Amino acid sequence: MELNNNGFILEAQELLEEVEQVLLELEDNTEDSELINRLFRAFHTLKGAGGMFGFDAISELTHHIETVLDLVRSEQLKVTKELISLSLEIHDALNDLLTAGENGELSEREKKMILHCNQIAGIGAEEDVVKSALTESIKEKVEEADENQLLTYRIRFKPHKTIYESGTHPELLLDELRELGDGAITARGNDIPPMSALDPEKCYLSWDIVLSTDAGRNAIEDIFIFVADDCELSIEVIDEPDEDDTSYKKLGEILVERGDITPEKLEEGLSKSTRIGEILVENKFIEKDALESALLEQHQVRKVREKKSVEKAASTIRVNTEKLDKLVDLVGEMVTNQARLMELAGRSESPELQLLAEESETLVSDLRDETMSIRMVPIGETFRSFKRLVRELSGNLGKKIRLITSGEETELDKTVIDKLKDPLVHIIRNSADHGIEMPEQRINKGKIEEGVISISAEHSGAHVVITIEDDGAGLNIDRIKQKSIERGLINHDDKLSDKEISQMIFAPGFSTAATVSSVSGRGVGMDVVKQNIEALRGTIEVNSEVGLGTAIKLKLPLTLAIIDGLMVSLGDGFFILPLSSVEECVDFTSSVDNHVAGRHLINLRGNAVPFIDLREHLEIKGDRPELEQVVITAIEDKKIGFVVDDVIGSRQTVIKSLGPIMKKSENVSGATILGDGTVALILDVQKLV
Amino acid sequence: MTADDSPSVRQMVSFTLEQAGYTVFEAEDGVDALEKMKQVQVDMLLTDLNMPNMNGIELIKKVRGLPQYKFVPIVLLTTESAGDKKLEGKNAGATGWIVKPFQQDKLLAVVKKVLR
Repeated sequence: MELNNNGFILEAQELLEEVEQVLLELEDNTEDSELINRLFRAFHTLKGAGGMFGFDAISELTHHIETVLDLVRSEQLKVTKELISLSLEIHDALNDLLTAGENGELSEREKKMILHCNQIAGIGAEEDVVKSALTESIKEKVEEADENQLLTYRIRFKPHKTIYESGTHPELLLDELRELGDGAITARGNDIPPMSALDPEKCYLSWDIVLSTDAGRNAIEDIFIFVADDCELSIEVIDEPDEDDTSYKKLGEILVERGDITPEKLEEGLSKSTRIGEILVENKFIEKDALESALLEQHQVRKVREKKSVEKAASTIRVNTEKLDKLVDLVGEMVTNQARLMELAGRSESPELQLLAEESETLVSDLRDETMSIRMVPIGETFRSFKRLVRELSGNLGKKIRLITSGEETELDKTVIDKLKDPLVHIIRNSADHGIEMPEQRINKGKIEEGVISISAEHSGAHVVITIEDDGAGLNIDRIKQKSIERGLINHDDKLSDKEISQMIFAPGFSTAATVSSVSGRGVGMDVVKQNIEALRGTIEVNSEVGLGTAIKLKLPLTLAIIDGLMVSLGDGFFILPLSSVEECVDFTSSVDNHVAGRHLINLRGNAVPFIDLREHLEIKGDRPELEQVVITAIEDKKIGFVVDDVIGSRQTVIKSLGPIMKKSENVSGATILGDGTVALILDVQKLV
Repeated sequence: MTADDSPSVRQMVSFTLEQAGYTVFEAEDGVDALEKMKQVQVDMLLTDLNMPNMNGIELIKKVRGLPQYKFVPIVLLTTESAGDKKLEGKNAGATGWIVKPFQQDKLLAVVKKVLR
């Protein structure tokens, strides 16, 4: 027999008939409590059963009228003509929904009925907490972090003596724990009284469990959901994946941490030499089963760690970075050489030479990619060092902060990572110091005690995006505004959006910390961070919501040394635009030039795209050619065109940095040597805009 | 034993649990459930809150008062708006609860959780 909803439909029809009947009687007997109860119960049953058979719309609509009727039942509301009319309306709507079948949706009219119910009940608009993208993002990261990592927990479960009276079987809970992973369970029997005093209907046992699982804390807590009030339960993480040391804590440390022994007694025991565990038991400083349990914990964690270190050691080789740098340089020279070869081959008449040159081009390109990838290091190692940092910070600041990382496998050029470390540390320190609130404040705000800082890395096109988010207090826009005014960075009556004000933190010498703490707030912070990021040709962006948190996004190019570029000509000179930003090239016909508010616009298949006349902008001398080209680029979802004389073609571009004189130039980010030896300047597209 | 005044809920519970190998008795209110449980020893009680003649809380208290049912698991079916009912249920002696509306697999999971 298949489970179908015919039974439900029949029942619902009966219930709705009952509703109608009761309502009609209720009109004349508004105080009749029996009628009220029948009405309530009919709607209540309808709601419960509805949900179970897929009639969610029915369930929802009924929920609201049930709430109103509950208030009537408890005499907080009276039955009025308005209520009866509304109920009859709802009754009809429910009949319609029933006929419509499962998975129906609420119509606008029905939604109005719900609002009407809420109004009668005196409930404000639905209390859905406005979920900001920020908090959702962090919540997701916390869940992911927990669920995908093998963590080892120390769980202590001590049920109250009377727990059997609720029909609970503790051993079933232990079975559930066993299903989550691998570990050891020790029963603690020290509370068992002698036979004469033993009541077989009471529970005297408690359990210590050491569990290694990737199911996450929530899964563990769920197991104890029914008995939460009937026991003492503690769940702690005692081992995380980034601990490298296989030896784990000493037995004495474990015992002290668990509260089984005081540090002083431990000292006493230690002074007597030989095996600490045995001594402690002998001298009755700890119970025998406390010792066994702690030993099992030690054993378990060691086991897990050893396994991990074996996996890691797999097949890697350490290389001196100097050797690598030399290799990259040589490859760079080769790329330049290759360009010259290609040019020569292009001009030659020999097809053999051309073929060879092309094959060579492919090889060199592959060699370039592989070499660049050798310098790529997963950012995970840097993240790991941050975990330690955050742990220290939380200790020093007296706050509870947890660092979650994701995207550890994301690879970046080693030099980039080295230069990123300081800025990232500063950002994290800021989060910990100014972002995450003190535990009591967080509780008052309805947040969980432990603050979360999340750092994640991912590839996006030719860039790496690193995001640091926290669920702290967010940027204090008013304070920033005030300080900006004080520092003369903005005027009192300047109308700036919150986002624009938050950008002020990147201004030099800016700091709103009331006291300069040793952790951060010396005011050399965010502006230096910005400079460092920009030196890596990256960008930094900040997003914040008051009371909810802050997110800082860094975008960095994948490689420093060699990029794919588009070569263009302007006057006598050649310039390179980064190919990754280029979308297309079109002919530029000046007749389509529209001066709108000083901006030049061209018509690109019906869309208006602003352009920058590079000749003007860069002050190129010489006459304009008749036919010009526009290179359309996309920068952060916006299209911008650059007018050039001619588009030559794509080139692998080895970036050579400019000398200190040229460094100040805003538009140019580097230079390259072309096949024939001339120098082409690499344009910094973002700065130009 | 499943006690619920809605025949379709009882049907769903019976169908689900019988498929999983359990034997299910049905009752439509507290009085009916109590009578049947006195005559036949069941291993677990699943009861709704709102039933005519004797509601769920009452039923739980009475069942716990019978010596043969002192330690048998009892699960209360409750709607999410009634958070305090969970506490009331526990105080009356319930082992756990399921929030209505619930799906079949949720029902099976809870039964497995509390019943040996």
